[in-house]
Amino acid sequence: MHDQVTDDPLLKTENPFAKKATAVGRRDKVVSIVLRAGTYFILLCAAYIFIDIISKGAPTVFQSSPPFINTDFFTESPQTLMTWETEDGEYFKMDFSDYSQWRRDNPDRPIVEEHSHAYSGGGIFGPLVGTALLTLICIVVALFVGLTTSIYLNEYSSKGRFMDGVRLAIMNLAGVPSIVFGLFGLMFFCLFVPVFTETPLERSFFVIPLGGGNHLSFEGWGTCMMAGGFTLAVMVLPVIIAACEESLKAIPMGFREASLALGATKWQSISKSVLPYAFPGMLTASVLGITRVAGETAPIMFTAALAHKDKLPWQDVNSLGGFFSQSVQAMPYHIYTVAARIPQSEYTKPMQYGSVFVFMVLVMSLAALSVFLRIHYRKRVKW
Amino acid sequence: MSDKEKEEALSPEQSPVQSSVLDEGPPQVVIEVDDVNFSYVKGKEVLRDISMEINKGEVTAFIGPSGCGKSTLLRCLNRMNDLIPTAEITKGEIRILGTDIYDPEVDVIELRKHVGMVFQKYNPFPKSIYENVAFGLRIQGVNKKSTLDEAVERSLKLAGLWEEVKDRLDSSGLGLSGGQQQRLCIARTIAVQPKIVLMDEPCSALDPISTTIIEELITELKNEFTIVIVTHNMQQATRVSDRTAYFYLGNLIEMDETTKIFNNPSEKETEDYISGRFG
Repeated sequence: MHDQVTDDPLLKTENPFAKKATAVGRRDKVVSIVLRAGTYFILLCAAYIFIDIISKGAPTVFQSSPPFINTDFFTESPQTLMTWETEDGEYFKMDFSDYSQWRRDNPDRPIVEEHSHAYSGGGIFGPLVGTALLTLICIVVALFVGLTTSIYLNEYSSKGRFMDGVRLAIMNLAGVPSIVFGLFGLMFFCLFVPVFTETPLERSFFVIPLGGGNHLSFEGWGTCMMAGGFTLAVMVLPVIIAACEESLKAIPMGFREASLALGATKWQSISKSVLPYAFPGMLTASVLGITRVAGETAPIMFTAALAHKDKLPWQDVNSLGGFFSQSVQAMPYHIYTVAARIPQSEYTKPMQYGSVFVFMVLVMSLAALSVFLRIHYRKRVKW
Repeated sequence: MSDKEKEEALSPEQSPVQSSVLDEGPPQVVIEVDDVNFSYVKGKEVLRDISMEINKGEVTAFIGPSGCGKSTLLRCLNRMNDLIPTAEITKGEIRILGTDIYDPEVDVIELRKHVGMVFQKYNPFPKSIYENVAFGLRIQGVNKKSTLDEAVERSLKLAGLWEEVKDRLDSSGLGLSGGQQQRLCIARTIAVQPKIVLMDEPCSALDPISTTIIEELITELKNEFTIVIVTHNMQQATRVSDRTAYFYLGNLIEMDETTKIFNNPSEKETEDYISGRFG
């Protein structure tokens, strides 16, 4: 074509801009299809998970008659589900407590076939309460340590190799597998941290006598919700510290300078001209991080969680210390138990899917809340 | 140059300052910079052998090309450079009202209450106009409504902003125009009644009209405050300042009355710069 300089071929053709089939054009199309396929694949996975869980879990949680929500599922703790058939061919399915009652009421009806399905009856009140308590402890500890650390790192620490190393160490924590955190929690919080006691345990690492019969014993808190909450907090800390530091970095240097130039002390300038504007970002990012660890199983399975517990945390407890020193049931561990540790049958399914459904909705609404908070605060505070 | 400084120090009454406020007597020196070297990083001095005196009630302008150290010196005057851990004065001393401000006895917080600063980029807090101006007093523990009201009104009036904002003191300071925001920052600075106001290129982010307003404001403010202003704009220096210091590559080349610096500088380098031959 390039030899016809004087006679431009473009002018001869009817549509000079008509599409031409070229290799570059084809590659463009292929790339666009691949990229699109990748995105849709994720969408497909997400849709499958949601639809599967909702379709199988919703029947456990909702019912067709008022109040439309299966309240028992939320107010009772997990029980063994009993199924049996009587001699006269009648078929029964009841929670274990109702089953015992039935046996007492019907001593004359012999049972021909009886099955028990562990954890498949009752509801999920115990695990819900346990998870709430663990998350609460986690929030308090993680926010306190996370905020102080991030403020120190961003506002007080001097720049240098050492602080870079500290930051790197913190960031690396984020990549540690959750089971390692679980084992760390077991070793540190359950078996090592010092406690005041009159009767130190045999296995205590060392005991410092304090006089008056008291001892400071390095024996740990034992398996309890404190240990679980602290372990979760340690696990979420890297995320919180990173998020909080980002929020602090986003505050213009001018605010700090202006404040200092007016004669504010360092802490005055941080607390009055930095934190108020960084706080929304810190909070939402922290909530998002905590939502994720609230769903973790491994960190709590050695440190806090029980598969089954008859009493709710506030039953039979007479001190605050006693309250926090007990083990609890927890949603992720409950789901693990009903999904992997009991024989599967059609009777275990409603509990499995119901628990997963409720837990998923819970975690997702918390995440949605954090996003909502962020948008809300961003609108209010601008610079 | 140091000879000239000495001469001035010896006979201040002879220095023919034209500043209108100082007709009553000889100029009173409030800031003395005495043979100062300064470095951000050890071994790399960005200010060398700086000596100067700044008189009360005058506007002193620091001019010079980028990187000449004029902002650095300004930030030494209220120790804002303390924010940079490795930055330090390696030689000489800076005395404000006769006190060495880098003396360990000096509380930098107290110093900054007397030496206020207005920054290049206007930076009001995302608070109401009222709270912005009241901020400095509040952190000093003043919370009495009447005192604050009075201080806010006086400062806003001084900053020439009162008429524009008196009906919306509770609305955000960030809702104002750029020029208004910078005047709000000036009001915030003078609300704590400093003796000295440092201005670090206060108009460089503003349009010409806002710049004119701020320049007029500076001329009015010098009745109450000693003002040191860093500027890139030589016309601005001639318009607002009584005395001008020309910096180049960390050295103070020349400091004199503004009219003299711009009409008849004694150093060749100054002349080259102000005539636009470089910089």
